[in-house]
Amino acid sequence: MKFKSTLENYVFVAPAVIIFAIFYIIPFISVFQLAFFDWDGILPTKIFVGLSNFKEIIADKVWWQSVWQSGYITLIALTFQNAVAFLLAWACDREIRMKNFYRLIFFIPPVLSEVVVGLVWQWILNGNYGILNYWLTQFGLANLAHNWLSDPDTALTTVAIVHCWKGFGWGFLLFLAGLQTIPRELYEAARVDGANSWNAFKKVTIPLMIPVVVLVAILTILGTMQVFVLIYTMTGGGPGYHTEVPVLRILASMRGSSRFGYACAQGITFGVILCMVSFTQYLVNKRAKA
Amino acid sequence: MRYGKFLSILVIASLFLFAGCSSKPYSGKSITVWHWMTDREPAFNELAKRYEAKTGIKVNFELYAPSDAYSQKVRAAAQGANLPDIFGILGEKRDFSSFIKAGFILNLTPYMLEDNAKWKNSFFSKALAVNEFNDGNSYAVAPGIYGVPIDIMTIQMVYNKSLFKELGFNPNRPPQTFEELLAVGKKLKAANLEGLVSGWGEIWMIDCLANNYAFNIMGKDKVIATIKGEVPYTDADWIKVLSLFKQMQESGLLASGIVTMVNKTAEQLFANEKAVFAFNGSWSVNVYKGMNPKLEYGAFLPPKASDKYPMAIWGGAGSSFMINARSKNKEEAVKFLSWLTETPQQAYLAEATNNLPANKDSINKISDVMASFAKAMDYATHPNVWGVSEFSPVIEAFDKGIQSIIIGEKTPEQVAAEVQKIKERELAKKR
Repeated sequence: MKFKSTLENYVFVAPAVIIFAIFYIIPFISVFQLAFFDWDGILPTKIFVGLSNFKEIIADKVWWQSVWQSGYITLIALTFQNAVAFLLAWACDREIRMKNFYRLIFFIPPVLSEVVVGLVWQWILNGNYGILNYWLTQFGLANLAHNWLSDPDTALTTVAIVHCWKGFGWGFLLFLAGLQTIPRELYEAARVDGANSWNAFKKVTIPLMIPVVVLVAILTILGTMQVFVLIYTMTGGGPGYHTEVPVLRILASMRGSSRFGYACAQGITFGVILCMVSFTQYLVNKRAKA
Repeated sequence: MRYGKFLSILVIASLFLFAGCSSKPYSGKSITVWHWMTDREPAFNELAKRYEAKTGIKVNFELYAPSDAYSQKVRAAAQGANLPDIFGILGEKRDFSSFIKAGFILNLTPYMLEDNAKWKNSFFSKALAVNEFNDGNSYAVAPGIYGVPIDIMTIQMVYNKSLFKELGFNPNRPPQTFEELLAVGKKLKAANLEGLVSGWGEIWMIDCLANNYAFNIMGKDKVIATIKGEVPYTDADWIKVLSLFKQMQESGLLASGIVTMVNKTAEQLFANEKAVFAFNGSWSVNVYKGMNPKLEYGAFLPPKASDKYPMAIWGGAGSSFMINARSKNKEEAVKFLSWLTETPQQAYLAEATNNLPANKDSINKISDVMASFAKAMDYATHPNVWGVSEFSPVIEAFDKGIQSIIIGEKTPEQVAAEVQKIKERELAKKR
């Protein structure tokens, strides 16, 4: 009877396990295996090269530049994007007019296709006929007007800001959900105790929002480090290598150079970097909570 | 009851009658073709209908776009041995050779040589060359013809005749020398016009123009010798090639944002008369026609920077189809491609899609601009016919380096040194 019951349980779980194995575990093992080979993705023969793909990654300056650049975009997203998301969520949590309308508006960018967003912003930022330069000129700031995406000094920050515009809605939604779980009685009690708005925010809102902030930070880091569609659409990684990010480099190795083994090694290296970042963040949060 | 029986017989008889009149009955055989050419999809489907009516063989054209996604699909299908009967390969000759060596592509030489090489001789030789592997090729592929060109293309300069006139130049005389080209650049700012637009954000188009000038400045042999590793990229001639981009930027010829510009944007700017020049392929005739049918423009070879060697441009087969060597329908597939490249079908494709036909006899009825692109075939070359391929990381460093020169970040000498360093690294790996 017990055996039958156990078997039944396994039968129920089996489809999910099989699907997970086919679509996640087997490809992961294949990627890990391919990282030790030189393979063009077409020929049936693969040449075993040991760790040489990983050695090459260590010396690949463009790869590390791309990692640094995705780190820079992540830093901007962590600070600027999440600060904007938090402030807007805080504003919408209060009794303001048309707050449902604002909630809807703020959540539009995340649901738009990244390709569409990239193309629209490319048009806005265009140096020749872009609307941004037009308005800068109208407001007497013509000296600031230039080609934002082709200038190496502004290209990366510009794509980072567009990424923030595209992504702040997720943070907004999570922050708003978090703010709405804070019991209103706590604010009333704080007010009775003589706390002003700032003190209530500092002593009630922030401590109770820490778990949500941690969650949003983790999602922001993991999401932003892997950004590429937006950049691919807006700059293609250029000018030069100024907006290259790791996923674009992996694609370049696969598609441009037909080096599947090297691309897999880059993928594993990037995965390890992401794990290290997440683990560090976990430790920092644990220490902060303690 | 009697009336119903009579009606049934009449209906069945009519069906047979109409079926007999319309076309050959469906034979049950079908051929699957994978392609990425969105603009040619309706024309392909029309031709498939005509072929089915003629032979009873159904041809399914399956479109997978954009080309990047298509390319990945073909590779994935090759790994899973699921390639269709007919497909195209996008990429370098090195990739093409890997498909052949893996046994995925049928050698078409015996079919091409039938009837005194009738099929082979119907094509422009340069169109066929892209799909050909000669004796002793560096890819170690058995010599032969492995693909059927569907159309041809050349990539050169186009100029807007009205804007050219507005700038005070003769609208029927495009720049003949590099100095004349730079002279146009100097007049652009005052006229508030953009100069040269091109998809240099997609770096292969920079590579294309740089190679054109490399052929003009140092000749084919020296370019090939560089690829073989016998001449360094730090050679004075290569620095001269790289310096041309600096000169173009300094003269104001290059449109702002060209280093991140995709070709679609460049095409829009040129079609909307915002730019005087574009560096684009013969496929653009169809694109410009769709965007601005009234656009007055002409095509010309990139102006010479040196009199030492002739100017060369990239050209040859625009798109080609290959036959799956493991397909059960390979004989039918050969017959279909042979039919598709016959004069009437090629003429129809040229007319419907504004692409240059690969069949020599179909090129009579084309517009003046298309004729300019077709004439430029005499100057055409392509990396896929050189017999040697440059390492991909070297090509990337070279093209990205040109972007850096244009944005004023690096000098031609610096870029040349960096490219050479990568070249040496790749050569060392090969050894």
